Amino acid sequence: MQRNWQGIWLVARREFQDQFRDWRIVIPMLLMVSIFPFVADNTTRQAVNFMNRFGGDIILDRLIPFAILVIGFFPLSFTLLVALEAFVGEKERGTIEPLLSSPLEDSHLYLGKLLVGVATPLLFSYGSIILYLLLLMRRPVEFPSAYMMTLILLLTFAHAVLMVSAAIVISVQATTIRAANLMASFVVVPVAFLLQGETLLIFWGEEDVLFMAVLGLTILSALLIRLGLAHFKREYLLGREIDSLNVKSMWQRFLNRVSGNATSIIDWYRTELPVTLRQLRQPLLIVVGIAVITVITSYAWVVLNVPKFIDITPNRVHEVQSYVRNNLGNLDVLDENAPAPWIFLSNVRSMVGFLFAGLISFSTLGLALFIFNMALIGAVLGGASLIHFSPLAVFAVAILPHGIFELTAVFIATAAVLRTGAVLVTPQPDKSLGEVFLLSLADWFRVFIGLVVPLLAIAAVIEVYVTPQIIKLAFPYL
Amino acid sequence: MIETFDLSKQYNNDFWAVDGVTLTVQPGQILALLGQNGAGKTTTVRMLTSLLSPTRGWARVGGYDVSTRPQEVRANVGVLTEQHGLYMRMTGEEYLEYFGKVYGLDAATRSKQRKYLLDYFGLAEAAHRRSGEYSKGMKQKLALARALIHDPSVLLLDEPTSAMDPESAQLVRNEISRLRSSSRTIIICTHNLAEAEALADQIAIIYRGKILLNGTLEELKRTVLGPVEYEAKFAHEFDAGELDLPPGVILADRSATSLRFRVEAPQEANPRLLSVLTSRHAPLVSFHEVPKKLEHVYLKTMADAQGVMYAA
Repeated sequence: MQRNWQGIWLVARREFQDQFRDWRIVIPMLLMVSIFPFVADNTTRQAVNFMNRFGGDIILDRLIPFAILVIGFFPLSFTLLVALEAFVGEKERGTIEPLLSSPLEDSHLYLGKLLVGVATPLLFSYGSIILYLLLLMRRPVEFPSAYMMTLILLLTFAHAVLMVSAAIVISVQATTIRAANLMASFVVVPVAFLLQGETLLIFWGEEDVLFMAVLGLTILSALLIRLGLAHFKREYLLGREIDSLNVKSMWQRFLNRVSGNATSIIDWYRTELPVTLRQLRQPLLIVVGIAVITVITSYAWVVLNVPKFIDITPNRVHEVQSYVRNNLGNLDVLDENAPAPWIFLSNVRSMVGFLFAGLISFSTLGLALFIFNMALIGAVLGGASLIHFSPLAVFAVAILPHGIFELTAVFIATAAVLRTGAVLVTPQPDKSLGEVFLLSLADWFRVFIGLVVPLLAIAAVIEVYVTPQIIKLAFPYL
Repeated sequence: MIETFDLSKQYNNDFWAVDGVTLTVQPGQILALLGQNGAGKTTTVRMLTSLLSPTRGWARVGGYDVSTRPQEVRANVGVLTEQHGLYMRMTGEEYLEYFGKVYGLDAATRSKQRKYLLDYFGLAEAAHRRSGEYSKGMKQKLALARALIHDPSVLLLDEPTSAMDPESAQLVRNEISRLRSSSRTIIICTHNLAEAEALADQIAIIYRGKILLNGTLEELKRTVLGPVEYEAKFAHEFDAGELDLPPGVILADRSATSLRFRVEAPQEANPRLLSVLTSRHAPLVSFHEVPKKLEHVYLKTMADAQGVMYAA
C-alpha cells in the first residue's frame, strides 16, 4: 500500500512541480480565479437590484449558493486542459517513453496523473470560492448553511473528479493534444448541463436530492477511473503513432462477431445465440432481481403513500371503476389509436435508447431507465389495488399476455446493456478500448436482432389484438 | 545478457514491424542494430523493454522474460530513447534524483549515483540549470545518465546520436565507449555506420523487420565482401606479366601502377606474395590492405535485399 502510494505521489509531485513552474499556466489561472469572484459578486448584485426594481422577489441570499457552485465550476472547465494532456502531452513532448520504460506500475502512472488532474482544478476552484466568500463578508447577506456549503463543496469535488477522470481517459486514448482538446467539449458540456439541473435543485431547496447527485457522480467517476485503468496500456500509448480509422475493417469485424461461425440463420440460432445467452446469465439474474424489487417497492409505495395525498373514498373508487368500465370500448379501436407497428417501433426505440443511455454511463443510465419502467408497472398495479382491483389479476390479464414476450425482451436487452458496461470496465490485455467497445456493441446487437426484435414484434401484435380482448372478457372478475 | 528467439511484432493484423529476430548478446558485449528508418529497430528495443508485447517468439533480458516479467525487465534495463525525453523545467540534478526515486533507489544510493554520473558526463557545473537550457549534446548525456542511474545490467540505446552535430555525437560516442564493462550488455540502434563500427563487438543488420546479417565486423566483411584484398602500388608503370602466385592468392584487379590481390590467409600468403613481387623487381612503393568499411557491407547487404546491383 505504502509502495503504491509512493509511486502515485512520485508521478503526481513531478507533474505538480512542472505545472507550477510554468508561468504560462499559473498566471492565466490565477487571473481567472481571482477576477471571476469579483465579476460574479458584482453581476449577482446588479441582477438582484434590477429584478427588485421591477418587483421580482429575488433576494441575494438565494443566489449565493448558485454563484458559489458556478464559481467552483468555472476554474474546473479551464484547468481541465491539464488532465486532457496528461498522457498525450507527454507523448507529444517525447517524455513518456522513459517513464513507461521505468518499473513504475500502470496504476502509479494513471492514478498519479489523475491526482494532479483533480487536485489542480480543485485548488483553483476552492481558492475562487474562498475569495468569493471573503467578498461576501462585506455585504449584509446571510451565508449558506454549513449543510449547504458542504453540499456545494462536495458537488464541486464530484464535478472535478468526474471531469478529470473522463479527461484522463481521453488523454490515454487520444493520439494528439489537438484531438484531446477537441474532445474537451464532450466533458465540459454535459457537466455544464448537470450544473443547471443542480442549480434548479438549489433554487427549489431540494438539498437532499443534491446528495443523490453527489453519489451518482461519484459512482460514475469510479466507473470512469475503472475504465481508464482497465484500458491503460503502455503499448497503445506508444504503438499508435497514426490513428487510422478503418471503417470497412471495423464493419467487417462487427459483422463477423454478430454472425460468428454460423453457416445459416438456423445454425446461428442453434449455435451462436445460445453462447451469447449463456454470457448473459448473470446480468439477466441481476436484471430480474432488480425488476422484482422495483415492482414490489413501487407497488408498496403507491399503496402506502397515495392515500395520504388523495382521499380514496368508496364513492371515488366506484367512480373510477365506472369510468374504466365505460371506456372499455376504447380497447376495440386500440389498433387505430396505437397500431401494432407503432407500438413495436416505439418499444424498439426504447430498447435502443436503453443502449445509448447505457453506453454513455457504463450501463447506469440504461439501468435507471429500466428501473423507471419497472416502477411504472408497480405503480399501475398499486393504483389498481387502491381502486379495489386484484393487482395479481390485473397483472395476469392486462400485462402478462403480451408481457411474456415484451418483458422477456426488455429483460434480455437490459441484461445485454448491463454486460456491455461491465465489459467496458473490465481489463482485456489484448484489446484496445475501441475494440472492446465495438465487440460489446456487436454482442448487444446479436441479442437485439436475434431475440429482442422478434419478441417485441410478437408482443406488439398481442398487445393490440389479444390483450384488449382478454381484458374485456376478464373485467367482470377483476 | 539478452536473448531473443523468433521475436516478432505485428501491427494492425497485417504489418510485421519485426519478423523472427533471433539474437544473443553476451554480457560485456555491444551489439549494433543497423537498419533504415522503419526497419524495426525501435520496435525491437521497445519489446526488449516490455513496452510492446511480442506477437510471436520470446525475449529474455537480464534473465527475465519480457512477456511474463515486465516489471523485473524494466527494473534491470536502462533505456536511452530516440528523443531524449527530458523534463525541460527540471534541473539536471532534479531529473536524476527523480528517476533515482522512480527506480526505487534509497536516498544514499541516489545521491552517490547522481553525483557520480553528473561528474562522469561532465555535467556537474550545469547540474543546477534547467535541462531546457542545455545544449543538444548535454541533453543527450543527461538522458544517458538517466538510463544509468540504477546501474542497469542491460543498456538499450536507440539512435543515441541522431540529429546531433558531429562534436556532440563524438562526445556521446566516447561516453558510450566508456560504459563498456564485463557485466553490462549493450544494444545500440543506429543508422550511423561509423558509430557502429567504432563501438560494436557484434553487428546485426535489420531490414523490414528481419535480421539479414549478424556477426562481428570481420565476419560480416568476409561474408558479404569476400576475402581481404591487398594492393601493391608501384613507383612507375610496371608490367608484371604472368605471376606465379602463392596458393590462396588471386589477382583481383590490375592497373599500370598497381595490382590488387584477394588473399585468403594473409599471414601465410603475404610474405610469399611479396617475395614473388620483389623477385620480379617490381618498383614497389607500398603494400597495404584495401580498407573495407562497414558501409560497403551495409550497402551491399541492402542492395542484395532489395534485388539491385551494388556498385562499390
